[in-house]
Amino acid sequence: MEHEVHTNGKEEVRIGFYICHCGSNIGGTIDVAAVADYVRTLPGVVVSKDYKYMCSNAGQDMIVEDIEINRLNRIVVAACSPLLHEKTFRSATHKGGINPFFFHMVNIREHGSWVHEDKALATEKAKAVARGAVGRVRFHKALEKRKEPVTQSVLIVGGGIAGIQAAQTLSNAGKKVYLVEREPTIGGHMALFDKTFPTLDCAACILTPKMTDIGSDPNITLWSYAEVVDVKGYVGNFTAQIRHKPRYIKEDLCVGCLDCIDNCVFKQGNTDDEFNQSLSKRKPVYIPFPQAVPKLVVIDPEACTHLNGGKCEQSCATACERDAIDFNQKESFDDIEVGTVIVTTGFKTFDAARKPLYGYGRYDNVYTALEVERLVTSSGPTGGEVVLRDGRRPKTVAIVHCVGSRDHQTNRWCSRVCCMYSLKLAHLIKEHTGAEVFNFYIDMRCAGKGYEEFYERLLEEGNRFVRGRVAEVTDVPVSAEEEGKLVVKVEDSLAGFVRRIPVDMVVLSTGLEPRQDASNVRRMFNISCSSEGFFLERHPKLAPISTTTDGVFIAGCCQGPKDIPDTVAQAGFAAGEAMALLDKGFVEMEPMTSFVNEELCSGCKTCIGLCPFSAITRDDAKEVAVINPVLCKGCGVCVAACPSGAITQNLFEDCEIFAEIEEVLAHA
Amino acid sequence: MKYAYYPGCSLKASGKAFEESLLAVCSALEIELAELDDWNCCGATAYMAVDETKGAALASRNLALAEQTGLDMAVPCAGCYGVLLKAQAMQRKYPRLADQVSVGLKAGGLTYGGRVRVKHPLEILAMDFGTKAFRSRVKVPLKGLRVACYYGCRLVRPESPFDDSHDPVTMDNLLKSVGARIVDYTLKSKCCGGSLTGTIPEVGQNLCYQLLKEAQRREADVVATACPLCQFNLECYQKDIARKYTDLKPIPVVYFTQLLGASLGLDPVALGFPRLIVPIEPILRERGIMAKAGTEPAKAGV
Repeated sequence: MEHEVHTNGKEEVRIGFYICHCGSNIGGTIDVAAVADYVRTLPGVVVSKDYKYMCSNAGQDMIVEDIEINRLNRIVVAACSPLLHEKTFRSATHKGGINPFFFHMVNIREHGSWVHEDKALATEKAKAVARGAVGRVRFHKALEKRKEPVTQSVLIVGGGIAGIQAAQTLSNAGKKVYLVEREPTIGGHMALFDKTFPTLDCAACILTPKMTDIGSDPNITLWSYAEVVDVKGYVGNFTAQIRHKPRYIKEDLCVGCLDCIDNCVFKQGNTDDEFNQSLSKRKPVYIPFPQAVPKLVVIDPEACTHLNGGKCEQSCATACERDAIDFNQKESFDDIEVGTVIVTTGFKTFDAARKPLYGYGRYDNVYTALEVERLVTSSGPTGGEVVLRDGRRPKTVAIVHCVGSRDHQTNRWCSRVCCMYSLKLAHLIKEHTGAEVFNFYIDMRCAGKGYEEFYERLLEEGNRFVRGRVAEVTDVPVSAEEEGKLVVKVEDSLAGFVRRIPVDMVVLSTGLEPRQDASNVRRMFNISCSSEGFFLERHPKLAPISTTTDGVFIAGCCQGPKDIPDTVAQAGFAAGEAMALLDKGFVEMEPMTSFVNEELCSGCKTCIGLCPFSAITRDDAKEVAVINPVLCKGCGVCVAACPSGAITQNLFEDCEIFAEIEEVLAHA
Repeated sequence: MKYAYYPGCSLKASGKAFEESLLAVCSALEIELAELDDWNCCGATAYMAVDETKGAALASRNLALAEQTGLDMAVPCAGCYGVLLKAQAMQRKYPRLADQVSVGLKAGGLTYGGRVRVKHPLEILAMDFGTKAFRSRVKVPLKGLRVACYYGCRLVRPESPFDDSHDPVTMDNLLKSVGARIVDYTLKSKCCGGSLTGTIPEVGQNLCYQLLKEAQRREADVVATACPLCQFNLECYQKDIARKYTDLKPIPVVYFTQLLGASLGLDPVALGFPRLIVPIEPILRERGIMAKAGTEPAKAGV
């Protein structure tokens, strides 16, 4: 096929080739002009140009004009990754008046200039891959994107502040929302906080009105104490199954009067109160906290005598005037259809016991920050009194930063919020007790509006700051003043020596981690995660709430540690993206799906079990495989597996692939 | 069960009681410790600090010898144990160093393929033999004996293949299973001073003092160790330390194998009890674990 191949057997092929400098990103390593000169000599190439920035308007216009002037019918652009600009050039091709799938893109940046140092060899490689593209594009066919309607509702998974914010935004736009929360109440971690930094707003005062609004919003179906157990479908058309855990309360009858709790046979709590971080006890019939939404009681089957098969007079049921208690309640399921999903499943705090040297779980007076949040809250287990487990009020308090953060033995990442919440707790502890408070820090990371100012305020309030990672917390005294105290051992890296500071109370500022079951959630929604386990955004800068699965968005700490303002901003962004999808009303499906040549198909079913998207069925009448183009994601597994070569995939047809391989391997 | 036994120098001299009690316990449990033929110095910490390559080669000669036997290696001295693990880790991490070591070994007609598993007797007894199996062999439970389990630093740091590097529990669990009461001893993996007791005595002895003082504060009857240098420092310097820190009372410092041996009802002489400077027999008699003077030792299973 030396010189004469200007046709592909069906039509005359007139190719336009464009190579991008990307400033010096490509041009600095690859001799782009030489590549353009070379490609110009290839059969079928009518135009071959290099340009500083092909993605700019001028670059795109060049393609549009050339198509018209030179009657081009195939376009190849050698530039960055198709992930970045394939769409851009496809639409330029379309604007020029030809089918956008007559375009092909070659990646010579991520796969070329960025990974090679030898300029001559990098240029040769660019020539080879460009030749491959020119070889294959001549066989490209006109393809159409299919349109599918979008179901007009959104599933939000997780009812913390991120889920609440996203749900409210969508509801305000009149969208139907399903908000699914695993715990009995929405509110998430924010509901545990006393104040928020740096303004010291009361967390409950700003959160609980939003929670109440969610509970009474006609656009929002709130399912708490429920979990998503299965998700199927694709962007615009997901189906999800929700499992409702039994509360042992008829939700439609309970009005939240709490008479059942007062009349429980247990006069005192008999089990750890999770909401108070186990610093207090609760009864088997309980409400997580007074402002819980929905305001429904729950019976804990682990703690309830009757549900454990024991003998109980069931005084709670007798006390309920509305007969709302139902000990026979079983789990139930709901199947819903939604157009898009927002995952806001949040985080868990680092288990402080994983740092044995800090003594959590060994020494009574070592607390986690979340426990102290509950202690400083007026609705907490001590009514807002900061007292130790033995009832004493601490006179000296150490706050240890970076516990389970920035630590090669545990988690390497910075949890972003600990510096600021440590400052907040330091302020509150000092305010409540007048104690001398030491902060042990590596760096103070106070980047945020008003954050540095808050740090300064703490300095002025007389809080002590010691720069150094704490080596150990010990109760072994070496001097009289250490007797009966906890001793914080630290290298003061500003003073340049090792200090031992005796204190009454140690607060461990634990970092943020992915939730334990994050990988199950990830698999269910078919999204990726980074090496540390946080859900992975499609692009760290430009698509921070999108995922690699179209129509599934992420927001809040499930994507990475962040504070409340950032979480709220991200949740609003996710809601906006979901809304854009809903309001557009349809989704365009990429056409690179597979199809079956019924003449060749023997109906052997090899492909059916292999398809990861369950897109293939067998037509028993015709004895052939049938691929549902709506479900097909174009992975190509069936194409490779088909023993009779009956399956073909758009844009990856044999003629295209073999032409590309042949040309790439041909010597220049 | 059979292991290639690498005693190291301490167990043949200052730590003789460790070797005696270890061999006695293992023989009672039918665990065979076959001493490596022609073993050499592990290099200890000193050699590694002067020349890492030669240090690794010196240690690796023992690994090569053990590899020939096809057995796992039993290494009781925490110093040797740490050095051998380090020599292995360094060769895994630095292929160039591994090459240099193999050139050295080759000159001595040896090769080392990196396949030897180095194990401490704590791991062998608690995991390989098993705490449960051990408990079933106990004849004289150490009932009421309050023990501070002291691991020292070399056994578990920088990292231990069988336990936590700061809060190890293997010895606690093993001795608990034979009836001892384990006191809360948070200094269990702190430094005993190592060779500082000899070079800068005021620093080394202060570290020992803190360890002994804490054991005393926790009302331990005895400190159990797993390292000959820890045992040496804590026991042999006790008189000197007590002269300086007068609140310190004498406390026996023994090898964990000596206590395990006592629980198996083995002969005190075979367990190296007579070698102890601070004798342990009085407290064992007081607790009824050993027969009172003049009477026969507690009989097995009676």
